[in-house]
Amino acid sequence: MTAHDMKHAGSDSARLEAVGGRLSRVDGPAKITGAARYAFEQQLDGLTHAVLVGATIAAGKVAAIDSRAAETAPGVLAVLTPDTIMELKGASDWLGNPPAKPTYGPLAREVTYSGQHIAAVVAETFEQAVAAAGLVKVTYDETPAIVDLSDGKAGDGIPIDMMTKEWGDAQGAFAAAPVRICAAYNTPREFQAAMEPHGLIARWQGDELTIWEPSQWLDGMARTYAEWFAIPFENVRLVSPYIGGGFGSKALALAHSAVAAAAAKMLNRPVKLVLNRPQNFTSYGGRAATRQTVAIGADKDGKIQSIVHRGVNETAVDGMWVEPLGSVTSIMYATPNFSSKQNVVRVNTVVPGAKRAPGENPSAFGIESAIDELAYELGLDPLEMRLINYAEEDPQVKKPWSTRQLREAFAVGAEAFGWAKRSPAPRSMRDGRQLIGWGMAAGTYPVRRAHGEAVVKIMADGSVEVESSSIDMGQGTYTILAQTAAETLGVPVEQVSVKLGDSHFARAGVTGGSRLAGVMTGAVYKAAGQALDELIGLALSDPRSPFQKVQANTLSVKDGRIASPRGDGPDLSIAELMSAIGREKIEAKGDTMPASTTPEERYKNYTTIAMSIPHTEGNYSRHSWCAHFVEVRVDEDFGTVRVSRVVSALDSGRLYNPKLAESQWKGGIIMGIGQALLEEGIVDRRHGRIVNGNFADYMLPTNADIPDIQTISVGIPDPHSSALGGKGVGELAIVGIAPAIANAVFHATGKRVRDLPITLEKLI
Amino acid sequence: MRDFSYLRADTIEAARNASALPGAMLLAGGTTLVDLAKCGVAEPSTVIDISHIDGLNTIDITPERAVIGALAKMSHVADNVEVKSRFPAVSEALWQAASAQLRNMATIGGNLMQRTRCPYFRDPQNFPACNKRAPGSGCSAIGGVTRGHAVLGVSEACIATYPGDLAIALVAFDAEVHLGERKLKVEDFFLAPGATAEREHDIRPGEVITAIEIPGSAAARRSTYIKVRDRQSYEFAAASAAVGLELEADGRTIRDIRVALGGVATRPWRARAVEDTLRGKALDEHIVREACELAMQGAVDHGANHYKIALAPRVAARAILKLGETA
Repeated sequence: MTAHDMKHAGSDSARLEAVGGRLSRVDGPAKITGAARYAFEQQLDGLTHAVLVGATIAAGKVAAIDSRAAETAPGVLAVLTPDTIMELKGASDWLGNPPAKPTYGPLAREVTYSGQHIAAVVAETFEQAVAAAGLVKVTYDETPAIVDLSDGKAGDGIPIDMMTKEWGDAQGAFAAAPVRICAAYNTPREFQAAMEPHGLIARWQGDELTIWEPSQWLDGMARTYAEWFAIPFENVRLVSPYIGGGFGSKALALAHSAVAAAAAKMLNRPVKLVLNRPQNFTSYGGRAATRQTVAIGADKDGKIQSIVHRGVNETAVDGMWVEPLGSVTSIMYATPNFSSKQNVVRVNTVVPGAKRAPGENPSAFGIESAIDELAYELGLDPLEMRLINYAEEDPQVKKPWSTRQLREAFAVGAEAFGWAKRSPAPRSMRDGRQLIGWGMAAGTYPVRRAHGEAVVKIMADGSVEVESSSIDMGQGTYTILAQTAAETLGVPVEQVSVKLGDSHFARAGVTGGSRLAGVMTGAVYKAAGQALDELIGLALSDPRSPFQKVQANTLSVKDGRIASPRGDGPDLSIAELMSAIGREKIEAKGDTMPASTTPEERYKNYTTIAMSIPHTEGNYSRHSWCAHFVEVRVDEDFGTVRVSRVVSALDSGRLYNPKLAESQWKGGIIMGIGQALLEEGIVDRRHGRIVNGNFADYMLPTNADIPDIQTISVGIPDPHSSALGGKGVGELAIVGIAPAIANAVFHATGKRVRDLPITLEKLI
Repeated sequence: MRDFSYLRADTIEAARNASALPGAMLLAGGTTLVDLAKCGVAEPSTVIDISHIDGLNTIDITPERAVIGALAKMSHVADNVEVKSRFPAVSEALWQAASAQLRNMATIGGNLMQRTRCPYFRDPQNFPACNKRAPGSGCSAIGGVTRGHAVLGVSEACIATYPGDLAIALVAFDAEVHLGERKLKVEDFFLAPGATAEREHDIRPGEVITAIEIPGSAAARRSTYIKVRDRQSYEFAAASAAVGLELEADGRTIRDIRVALGGVATRPWRARAVEDTLRGKALDEHIVREACELAMQGAVDHGANHYKIALAPRVAARAILKLGETA
């Protein structure tokens, strides 16, 4: 990825190119013109194609697989079943915990969810593999399934003690409070629904494995492959140049990944395996369905005395996912008494996973809906209600916020939206047969931090290369790392090329939890600074350097030219200096780790999430914040809800590129509109099977559903959160959108919808 | 591989002859056939490409009638100035159907042959029982997820909803479908499932749709199509209504009214009880809303689709009231 098309952005000022400038995405032209080649679009000689066969029951055993017809079908190279696929070693989990079992079979004998992979057909062509997969006959011994949280067999689930948060006497204070509300809030199973499906190409050369696969975490996935096949980590190369949407789903090597890599090894041919659209709804987990109860007790003046919160999320029969439902509940408002507990309930589903702001998103739906209900109970304006209970410090850990521009977000957002003109009574604003509703909610996301490393090379021609095994899934890594290197080195941004998405580059941890920009700008800043120091050092000390005669202890680099600070000596381009001193390149590797870090700790840092730095480490509690103001129009006859206006004010600290940050915020808001009004994995309860696993029936918003969205940055640099002062961007804006819309729907209609999505039959 | 033969028919006669072959299916825009082949519902042994036949994409409009060739694209018909002025409900139904890309590919004849979106019908691998696909095998939808299923014209064999928009407007205005020798009312062309859910259209082997013909009328000129759905675009109707209205010279007494419903029935559904009740009545909101409730006579829900019984009359009423507001 090079920055040479940067001028497409109309960027003719240095300001635009510097950190904080509104440079357009440097990968944009390649994507728009189709030149960008995604991971499994690689063309390889001898490529074969694998197609999976999924279970048609939700629980039971595979009794028999008759693969004879498939094996003799044209072009078929192999039919893999639980009995015939090679045995893999168990791999440690993403925290680095050792595997529960020493071996791993990615094709299942015991079926725990509908669609689970039980066989795979490999053929010379994709069409042959599809046809032969349809010939595989599977018989089952079916057992009753627990289809969802409301299944009578599901029970209360397993208490997750580490989720418990308590201070004061929450139950007693709630019982004693003069004003109380208590309500249940539910969110359905939701899916990441990335445009690019999951899939990969696997190729073995001896005991070296190359995987082309869209990935949010090259080093973590490479580690999993290495452990499955018992080969050294260095023998695995994972390549992921672009990612067509991840939203949390593409951070792990999954069962289908193992099938493809095993098939490639068994056949000694490269294998391509891409999940079809329905398989993308059953092969990895979306957001778990959740249930919450929020009880709030307050004084008559609106001051909260107690919050009692209980949450449940679904998880798999054979896998654990905890969606932290008390994460926003415990920090958004000041309360002297608090209790939050959570259970998980096992149902027959693929193990749920991360979807944009896991935890914070459903948590905010509960608390931000409940606060609105309390405001109506008290006859207070919902914004006033929030200001009365503003948390001046982290109520849970009792530490000051690193920065919290939420009061500013409330003020600026309300002003831009015109909140003061709101008529408070439900059903009091209308336009013909459309009921108008104005609602608001707050959101937050913690500053997750980790370490990263980057290589910066100054080349003989003065160009600069940045290398990192981090990735760009559309959020703008290519662009902001080019900006960071350009500014640090003092070169025009079009001289910088950024290379990402190859696990053989300098290492990086997971791109998740909105941490990458803060981590990687820090690493590039450090590596580029080291490279610059070396360049200047050579310029001052090398006998062949024209600067040797200059009486200066440093030099300045600006627009790719080197001069003495006083401008009284030579003025050379970097290329001229490199030529004068006879250097091919200057290369520096920078990382953000303490110098004492051991190789084992580095490996663990990049291949697990065990070494993430807590957001409450040290003296501060670090979070991004936002306030959403939403207008909806609800048709009084049809119950259809359309969002007609969104104004969001957001505090993500310093923005490395406001244009890209605004795009990410808007993406989160759009995803939140889908969550509020449309998205729901619908299960046929007789079969425990998703019946809307496709883009025609799993409803996502279209352009026509999205109004003008105004985002306003209210952040200030936060030195406690990252090297350059930024906080998380990517996950923040989805948090709070669904409750803001639900609150607006209540204002429009007088109906409180506590089960997402808010579909028309809930309003007519 | 699922092999099939491909035949290109360059004349209607060739298409008719080829379509009589067992297992033959016609290919025009391909938006339905390719989709159904991908999900394993359509497995033609012969695909007859009729998209190259000359003269089948014309749009011919006079004050008396519109004759639209079977190969005319949805987008062309929707954008036709004469269609917009003389048959606004037809244009609006087309604009609100599918997506821009699909409307540019899909033909009018193929649109009439569009099949249901019932998720059980579309997933033979997971749901072998479907009376439409395999007569006598049962109905997987009954007792399952039924939010999108029909409440009118259903049987014990099938509750699948007719998904289209155009045919709702066609039925409202007494359009006919040309099948060569035969001409049929569009309303009769679509069959309710009864005990034979596999028979969706009155079309015989060797017959090819060549055109649709819509009689001109005052009601067709003053007409509209309202489509209600969860999202604003690219979704099938939760309920829709094609309505035409002609008022007496007094400007408030209803002389002629046409009401047809989509998204709620197993076939395009003409609401004659509503029409009969309103003809001769004053155009009054209360009267209109009460009359529209008659459209749901005989409705049978299966739980999650119960809301359609409340929704559909409101859609029809709003369409009538909208026409009343426009002079």
